[in-house]
Amino acid sequence: MNDALDVALRLLIVFVVFLTFPLIVGQAEHKVMAHMQGRLGPMYAGGFHGWAQLVADGVKFAQKEDIVPAGADRRIFQLAPAVALLPYLLVLLAIPIGPGDGAVGEVVDAGVFFVLAVMGVGVLGSLMAGWASANKFSLLGGLRTAAQLLAYELPMLLTAASVAMAAGTVSLPGIVDAFEWWWLPWQIVGAIVFFIAGLAELQRPPFDMPVADSEIIFGAYTEYTGLRFALFLLAEYAGIVVLCGLTTVLFLGGWHGPWGADGLGWVWTLLKSAVLAFVVIWLRVTYPRLREDQLQKLSWTLLVPLSLAQIALTGVVKVVIS
Amino acid sequence: MPQSSQAALREPTVVVASDYFDSYAVVGLLAVIGVLFVAVAFGAGRLLRPVVPTPEKLLTYECGVDPVGEGWAHTQVRYYVYAFLYVIFAVDSIFLFPWATVFAAPGYGAATLVEMFIFLGFLAVGLLYAYKKGVLTWT
Repeated sequence: MNDALDVALRLLIVFVVFLTFPLIVGQAEHKVMAHMQGRLGPMYAGGFHGWAQLVADGVKFAQKEDIVPAGADRRIFQLAPAVALLPYLLVLLAIPIGPGDGAVGEVVDAGVFFVLAVMGVGVLGSLMAGWASANKFSLLGGLRTAAQLLAYELPMLLTAASVAMAAGTVSLPGIVDAFEWWWLPWQIVGAIVFFIAGLAELQRPPFDMPVADSEIIFGAYTEYTGLRFALFLLAEYAGIVVLCGLTTVLFLGGWHGPWGADGLGWVWTLLKSAVLAFVVIWLRVTYPRLREDQLQKLSWTLLVPLSLAQIALTGVVKVVIS
Repeated sequence: MPQSSQAALREPTVVVASDYFDSYAVVGLLAVIGVLFVAVAFGAGRLLRPVVPTPEKLLTYECGVDPVGEGWAHTQVRYYVYAFLYVIFAVDSIFLFPWATVFAAPGYGAATLVEMFIFLGFLAVGLLYAYKKGVLTWT
């Protein structure tokens, strides 16, 4: 009974995190982007600096008519947002924020493997949406999404493998347990490659060619309205949370910090993830969108060779020191 | 006596296996919660939203003009080459993970390092070949 309660509590926490953290990132994006561009951003909803803007957006989305185009593949069209969103919920379960069994939803043995595999499923949602919409813009957007996943999944896999090599385990808590501060310079190339590849997989600017509004309206999501559209947006922000959490756990040492790692390790994890989320927003404001061919070129001719080099470096150093 | 020792041998693996599936059972439970969440959201949305379809609304969106031809239009799919490349590389990389957990274990050191460079060499040559073939540049 106690076990059941324990599991229920963990699932509840993971679910609440899944529903709130993406909104916090979204609200931060509203405000940070605004201030970087010399605007105020939302100021009205909720009174204090527009904190309830996304709640208001959610209420608005729920009241919008749900339109499925007559030409669309109805079932697939309606299911696509769920397929895009749910993988990120499952990934959150496996990300540890503190030491020990208490600070992780569930220790999944093959953590890195599980996380990367499940994250890849999210793209299926975009592909389903793109195909089922029976819209030319959507189809192009869906294909671009798929091509982008193909290009960037590879450097992501390779750099994650590099960390697994360094730690000698594929369990996420195991990797953070094995972390030493000098891993930071050792794995820095891998960290940057992993983060960039993750951004591209989430189709965040400057890698948002699949939803390029000036070319193909909103890519695979062109035909979506109301709640289903909102779920796609939620998936994007849940993806940011997951990516920042994973980068923290794999490359930045998770709960390790210069001090206070014993009791307050989870603060370090959240702090590092928050800084990374800020960087995600910062990059969106800073860089213009990459063209489709530049996107592919960046991955295949720069990120993949870099991640292979990182694996070589990891292997040599690891064998030399052990 | 041999039977009981056999059982003792077997027992730990049974425990490990059930632990193993336990963690995925929790994952499955969370998946069920997720599906319920989406179902409830869609159900509630059905109750909350207006339904006033008109033929114009249900028309495929093409910047306001009537759609031309079919949505599932023929396009030149240039990405398939990347798909091939990806499949080749990703299947290779999958084998990295089990290898990564043992490669520095005592007694492996130099041999696995050489293996790693052979593996990386294969990938690098493949990539170089694709590059020379012009697959990675667009015309």
